[in-house]
Amino acid sequence: MSQPFRTEKGGRIDRSEQFTFTFDGEEMQGHKGDTLASALLANGIHLVGRSFKYHRPRGIVTAGSEEPNALVGIYRNGDQTPNLRATQVELYQGLEAISQNRFPSLGFDVGAVNDRLSMFFPAGFYYKTFMWPKSFWDKVYEPVIRAAAGLGKPPKNPDHDSYGNLYAHCDVLVAGSGPAGLSAALAAAESGAKVILCDEQSEFGGSLLTEANASIDGMAPSDWVAETIARLGAMDNVTLLPRTTAFGYFAHNYIALAERVTEHLASPDPKLPRERLWQVRAKEVVIASGAIERPMVFPENDRPGILLAEAGRTYLNRYGVKVGHKVVVATACDTAWQAAFDLDDHGVEIAAIIEMREVPPESLVAIAKARGIRVEAGCVITGTLGRKRIKSALLGRLMTSGQVASGGQVECDALLMSGGWTPTVSLYSQSRGKVVWDADSGAYVPGKSVQKERSVGGAKGLYGLQATLEDGYAAGEEAAKAAIGTSKKVTYAAASGGEAGEGGTLGALPHDRNASKVKAFVDYQNDVTAKDVKLAVREGMQSIEHIKRYTTTGMATDQGRLSNMNALQIASGALERPVTDVGLTTFRLPYTPTTFGLFAGVARGDFFDPVRKTPSHDWVVDNGGVFEDVGQWKRTWYFPKSGEDMHAAVARECKTVRESVGLFDASTLGKIEVVGPDAAEFLERMYTNPWKKLAPGRCRYGLLLNDAGFITDDGVIGRLADDRFHVTTTTGGAPSVFATMEDYLQTEWPDLDVWITSTTEQYAVAAVQGPKAREVIAPFIEGIDLSNEAFPHMSVKEATFCGVPCRLFRISFTGELGFEINVPRRHGKMMWETLAKEIEKHDGTSYGTETMHVLRAEKGYIIVGQDTDGTVTPQDAGMTWAIGKKKHDFVGKRGLERPDLVSENRKQFVGLLTKDPKVKLEEGAQITTAENPATGTPAEGHVTSSYFSPALDRTIALAVVKNGHALDGKTLYVPMPDRSISVEVTGPVFYDKEGARINV
Amino acid sequence: MSDVLANDLITPDAGVSPLLSQSDVSILKAAPIARLSFRAREAALANAGTAFGVPLPTQPLSSEIGAKRAALWMGPDEWTLLAPEEDLETLFETIETALGDQPHALVDISERSEAIIVSGEKAVWLLNTGIFVDFSIEEFPVGTVSRTIFHKSPVMIWRTGADTFVVEAWVSFMDYVSGLLVQSAQELTAA
Amino acid sequence: MLLVYCPYCGVSRPETEFSCRGEAHIARPADPAQTSDEDWVNFLYMRSNTKGVYVERWRHIHGCGRFFNAVRNTVSDDFLKFYKAGEPMPDLEELAKEAGK
Repeated sequence: MSQPFRTEKGGRIDRSEQFTFTFDGEEMQGHKGDTLASALLANGIHLVGRSFKYHRPRGIVTAGSEEPNALVGIYRNGDQTPNLRATQVELYQGLEAISQNRFPSLGFDVGAVNDRLSMFFPAGFYYKTFMWPKSFWDKVYEPVIRAAAGLGKPPKNPDHDSYGNLYAHCDVLVAGSGPAGLSAALAAAESGAKVILCDEQSEFGGSLLTEANASIDGMAPSDWVAETIARLGAMDNVTLLPRTTAFGYFAHNYIALAERVTEHLASPDPKLPRERLWQVRAKEVVIASGAIERPMVFPENDRPGILLAEAGRTYLNRYGVKVGHKVVVATACDTAWQAAFDLDDHGVEIAAIIEMREVPPESLVAIAKARGIRVEAGCVITGTLGRKRIKSALLGRLMTSGQVASGGQVECDALLMSGGWTPTVSLYSQSRGKVVWDADSGAYVPGKSVQKERSVGGAKGLYGLQATLEDGYAAGEEAAKAAIGTSKKVTYAAASGGEAGEGGTLGALPHDRNASKVKAFVDYQNDVTAKDVKLAVREGMQSIEHIKRYTTTGMATDQGRLSNMNALQIASGALERPVTDVGLTTFRLPYTPTTFGLFAGVARGDFFDPVRKTPSHDWVVDNGGVFEDVGQWKRTWYFPKSGEDMHAAVARECKTVRESVGLFDASTLGKIEVVGPDAAEFLERMYTNPWKKLAPGRCRYGLLLNDAGFITDDGVIGRLADDRFHVTTTTGGAPSVFATMEDYLQTEWPDLDVWITSTTEQYAVAAVQGPKAREVIAPFIEGIDLSNEAFPHMSVKEATFCGVPCRLFRISFTGELGFEINVPRRHGKMMWETLAKEIEKHDGTSYGTETMHVLRAEKGYIIVGQDTDGTVTPQDAGMTWAIGKKKHDFVGKRGLERPDLVSENRKQFVGLLTKDPKVKLEEGAQITTAENPATGTPAEGHVTSSYFSPALDRTIALAVVKNGHALDGKTLYVPMPDRSISVEVTGPVFYDKEGARINV
Repeated sequence: MSDVLANDLITPDAGVSPLLSQSDVSILKAAPIARLSFRAREAALANAGTAFGVPLPTQPLSSEIGAKRAALWMGPDEWTLLAPEEDLETLFETIETALGDQPHALVDISERSEAIIVSGEKAVWLLNTGIFVDFSIEEFPVGTVSRTIFHKSPVMIWRTGADTFVVEAWVSFMDYVSGLLVQSAQELTAA
Repeated sequence: MLLVYCPYCGVSRPETEFSCRGEAHIARPADPAQTSDEDWVNFLYMRSNTKGVYVERWRHIHGCGRFFNAVRNTVSDDFLKFYKAGEPMPDLEELAKEAGK
């Protein structure tokens, strides 16, 4: 039986259940109920890591989530999670842990040379040492620093775990389940409020699980916890969430909780998420986050074996682990004495109590004397000896002169320290509350509530078991009253023991050592010493915000919960200003480190974003089509036949459409049904074009501007009846066009009798384009004479397709004869398959978005968002023909008259032909007048679209160029890194300039 | 009454096997149905209700149900009218005729969305994995209907029973919505 | 995540169900043709961008679809009032005073 530091009895561990685990490959035993930290300590292991900068040996310091040193990697399912706090890792059978930031091993670490070279790593060394040469940054400094510093290694594989999400509402959320949290939850729940109680630890109870020398209602505190939790658990209005950290407090009482669901299990069911994000909206919040003990800042205070006194007590009373066999207790406050007494009860030798105060309370001294414990009052620790674990502590006697006289040496294998208590104000601070300085307790405590919350107990600097319980009850009643309007007075439990105690100290302790040679750590995790903080002040840092960033103190994973107050005091001394003038850094979320997986939740893999498919999707997959993402939509990009690359496929598709016929899925285009007596008036006001005289059965191209005068969208609009229009928009513009229309309708013209309805997904749309388009659709359409005379270009009519009602448009985005058939969505698949089969008879092809782009570019049709960028007017685009000249007003009309929009030198839409027909320009490339312009020459414009045109058997491009409309035939240049390409400016229409092909 | 409605107007699609069938929660695809978007000012409501066969509710987020009919409040001038799909054309004509010159807009949106039926004692839990609405029966009583967001998709939720919800989404979002619901329900079967 | 009350639906929902459309009570000039360049530019672009109590247009875009107005303190994010589109702008000083007490 190993575990030489396990007590014989006591603690909350299950001694009947033994777990085997490994640390750096070495096999050890622990028990159910242990954390990795308590199990390591039971095996006598204090050294668990190397420090960040100096690679100094470091041991476990705390028993909670604020642990700065014991960061470990845990192996699970073949992968490793780094930087977990051993104090929070629950032990399970087979747990595999590794230490971090050491090479080659924890015991012998070559990086420890940094400790000897520490004069080269003072505060702010990043900013001083690695300034030049500049080129060294990414090649030398950064890789070397990254390899030497840092903590755990990131996992190599994709995260194989899943993460859950749950939204919840409650009347009262209680964060923390110590005496104040439990009594608050009880009072609120008994009042009838819906309560969520969460605690970051595996068990509810907080400090009550450590408290061995007190009683509540005649029960041991841990028994009272069990009884209270049983009571709460039996109530329908209570949700109990252990292993759940309230890590973020947002606006309007929105609180984020991280629940660790499976990490404590040896082999969890893979169906369970690893963690769950709770997004809680609470009417009232009770912050019961307690207080944590402060380390004392004395030279070599970072040696393994040095822990906080309360942590030593927690390991003893909760986990049945002795932190050492011979322990020194160094303190400036009463509470640490209890640690000495508890250890003494378990047969641990207390080498001495080193009390900083000249006159500690007589009652405590009397108990110590009765137990035969040596007490040294008016003394401090001035240093420690031992390599990988403390061997002895150096004593210093405080003189009235302020000097320290050597007081000899005390042998020990562990040292417990207490500089007093610091309220955990993180959540309060996150709620945007401003902390206030409480001179009596020497601590920052919550000030006025900004949101609907209240801090209770230790979190607001209130200590002592009875007082804390009462504070909790009162807060629970108050919260319930505020949330649900009623509260019930519950019977308060009566406690004895667990007194508050007095005392405490802040900042670096005086010593008699060579100040330039010793290191007294303020922030363990970031290796920040008292010296560093003073240096930062000497170098001009005045505000704590600057000192923090210069020294990195308080930037550890605990966000300075352990270090801030000591750093503040040191800075205050160096600045010779009161501590309240130095300021306090703001606590931000997350309260403790939170996984990326928790934030990502289900938004990964197939469910990263909705994938929207059209009814032709399956057919396209079966027929080898290639998709592109257009927003959330999957659109067919092109249809390669075997052996074809994209270029070949697109060239064939383009040629086929122009020569015979092509089939294109236009379902994703936005569709809006505009209905009501004022429908035409509304469109008249929205679009540049005139609508009132458009006859039912006819369509018109519509151009949409914003009120500034810039093009925002376009599409064909068909009039189905006097009071009913079928509006189409671009695929990407559909939601914003709809929102813009609603905006004008509701807020500018609420008097109009017209309503808009999105019908984008009501219809599946097939575009049949090409000289043979009519022949292809004719067999399936009933109810329309499709002849050019009866159903000319820009017509719309309701008919049937294979017996299914349809809206048939005769429109073209290719320059060829074209039809677009809208059928109710569920018939989309049938329509597509019918047409796909039919076009084969005419040697036609299905085509995708790339071919659509080429065909429209050949005709000089703009694509909003590609050829326009939000600064292009209809004049710029050469589309003044789309503006209703007689209209008094439309959205954008007044904007178009602004001086800047009618001035010279605007960029205008043109075509470009490269002198070499084989050279294809890059979209986005800049255009200049000089062939090889000097660096810094402003561009005249840029290429917006560029393709190989099969119809012209050469490349074509569209561009916006300053005064482009006047440059027809002129030569410009497109300078590229390797050469300058000369281009000729042309009109934007390259193919069938007369538009004859469309009217056949 | 509302549970009857789910069996009456909203029915599981007979041709499709359940998307999810667990002891505590199930997801069934609903059969196609006629959906009409009706928009009008207050003056037209009475006539519309008479023509439709069920009065159009004016209480926000509420629904009115009748024989093979349901009218859902979507906004202060917007209702979704539900009826069996074979009634679509006659219903459209009936309402248009009844309203005559009264300003209004009636649009067929039957095909725009699909519905699933989420029911069981864990239905609320499951919906809350992706929807931030408080579904406690006091805050969201039976008959309540509301558009909202499920993760990244707009949806419509209609509570037809204490443990029964109709969840509608635009068709192209339904794979995402039902897929995530099915995935999130898996942990309920964990040992 | 802010909690926004929709005066049409009568419920509060998280802000993701809404879309904020900037400062409220900026009316499009009744006769744009008679509006000076300067006034038109002010209408298009100039906003008070107050640090403090500010009136905003919100739309319940994923709910009832209605536009409404909200008075929000841009420093604290507290909403002081929600009201339907078309209703007059409340007395902001009065609201701020009430909220401050």
